[in-house]
Amino acid sequence: MSAGSLTILVIDENRIRASIIEAGLRDAGHRHVTVVHDVAGIARRIAEVEPDVIVIDLENPNRDMLENMFQLSRAVKRPIAMFVDRSDQASIEAAVDAGVSAYVVDGLKKERIKPILDMAISRFNAFSRMARELEEARSELENRKVIDRAKGILMKSRGLSEEAAYALLRKTAMNQNRKIADIAQSLVTAAGLLGPPEGE
Amino acid sequence: MSMAYEITAGFMPLFDSAVLVAAGEMGFAIREGIELKLHRETSWANIRDRIAIGHFDVAHMLGPMPLACSLGLTPLASETIVPFSLGLGGNCVTVSNAVWDGMAAHGAAPDLDPAHAGAALGALIREREGAGREPLRFAVVHPHSGHNYELRYWLAACGVDPTRDIEIVIVPPPFMADAMAAGRIDGYCVGEPWNSASVAAGTGRIVTVKALLWRNSPEKVLGVRKAWAEENPDALAALLRALHHSARWCQDPANRGALAALMARPTFLGQPEAIQMPALTGRLQVGGGAERRVEDFFLPFDKAANFPWKSHALWFYTQMVRWGQLPHTPQNLAIARDCYRPDLYRSALKPLGVALPGANAKVEGALKVATPVGSAGASLLLGPDGFFDGQIFDPDRIDAYIAGQKRA
Repeated sequence: MSAGSLTILVIDENRIRASIIEAGLRDAGHRHVTVVHDVAGIARRIAEVEPDVIVIDLENPNRDMLENMFQLSRAVKRPIAMFVDRSDQASIEAAVDAGVSAYVVDGLKKERIKPILDMAISRFNAFSRMARELEEARSELENRKVIDRAKGILMKSRGLSEEAAYALLRKTAMNQNRKIADIAQSLVTAAGLLGPPEGE
Repeated sequence: MSMAYEITAGFMPLFDSAVLVAAGEMGFAIREGIELKLHRETSWANIRDRIAIGHFDVAHMLGPMPLACSLGLTPLASETIVPFSLGLGGNCVTVSNAVWDGMAAHGAAPDLDPAHAGAALGALIREREGAGREPLRFAVVHPHSGHNYELRYWLAACGVDPTRDIEIVIVPPPFMADAMAAGRIDGYCVGEPWNSASVAAGTGRIVTVKALLWRNSPEKVLGVRKAWAEENPDALAALLRALHHSARWCQDPANRGALAALMARPTFLGQPEAIQMPALTGRLQVGGGAERRVEDFFLPFDKAANFPWKSHALWFYTQMVRWGQLPHTPQNLAIARDCYRPDLYRSALKPLGVALPGANAKVEGALKVATPVGSAGASLLLGPDGFFDGQIFDPDRIDAYIAGQKRA
């Protein structure tokens, strides 16, 4: 059987991450991939889809409900177990670190499932990295804005050139062992409290 | 100052994580040389997984969960022991207004009495069955939870077969009130503040409480990865002492405001202080404007609340057998017997000179009134510890108890 013959259900409330996983599975040749964002009515969906593999993010507070359903519910015709077996400690750790878990119907061969879990782990990690980089870029942009405003205040109030204003901020930050953006933020806050509205 | 020990602990945002949270936040851990790192989790499954792979050394757990882990009932389970209990009681059974109206028509009164409420609910269930209506759907937080077992125990003792006459599903605690308001469930058994949440919203009624079903009964525990406990006996003993002082602080009525303010922080329970007060005072708004005061509603410290009684673990084991979660075998019984560790509790607390129970197990339901027990030095009150139906659980006669259990 080819990889594409497995039916895979992805349960993830984060739509962007879910679509990244889905794309990865399709790239790997899986044609039967269903993505669910909301666990309401999940039992019926599982009965309809009859998945061989279920991939769930660990942030999902419904994991206890889902695990119980996999074991007991009439909606799930075949019992579903957690994929990662005890012998594969590295896989377990990698999955939990990445924030993902996978469940498979009993009896499916490990070799067929492992690539799916590995793919999910790497995509989860890629998503976390992307989210982190986005956050860093956002805060970098914010920092630059506040530093520009602080320079403006110094240039206006002390008659400094832009370079001199920046040098003063940097020197103060070094002396106080703080970040330039923090010094700039303090200056902007103080100027807002003390002076006439800045920048108007 | 660097600490002698660093311990990572997982917890769920529930009020009964208070003893663990306060140990970390109110200075009790630091005083024992521990840097206690608290991690809020989103499911019991995550707590189990992170204990198993070593992300957490210890965790706030459902009382039966370490048993389920050690007995291999859950995926990715690892040997987990219980050297400390995080409190007694704290749960309620809440039903929708529609179910309450049906129960009231069969004679239920807002008195929280388990036998009265159970009889009325049983009559309603039979009436619905006769009319060909869908069975009522109740929710609990986990299949291996005190909630699941006490709900089933209560119903079965009142003539309702919880496996046939109703449906039981799993819903995470913070979603219970919403699920019931939306009509997806008809009732639930959960810890506070999630019962008071339905009453406050006007969408449910509290019909009985754990403290009346089984007085002074076990709820959450400190689960510890066995391998970690064996490698770090000094760190564990220091942690148990910190938890002991924290539990005493949590029990003191003078600290109620401070504790509620601590738990209200978004990193912990994240719920308003007012809605935590029923758990702290035992004064419950049960719905329809009625207030009831429940003795020993939730005990974080008093009545030897932190002692990990083997009889508590063994009663959970009998319920696992009763509801078909595992077979009763000598091997399983031995695992259940070894899971709760009063020896570790005793050796950690001995240097403090506090009162300690002398026995590892007790006959549950034998104490009709609060009873002082002999122990090292100071006096200690236990019980009452009765089941509402008058049954007695003698852990030395476990075969007979299991054989005598009925489904309804």
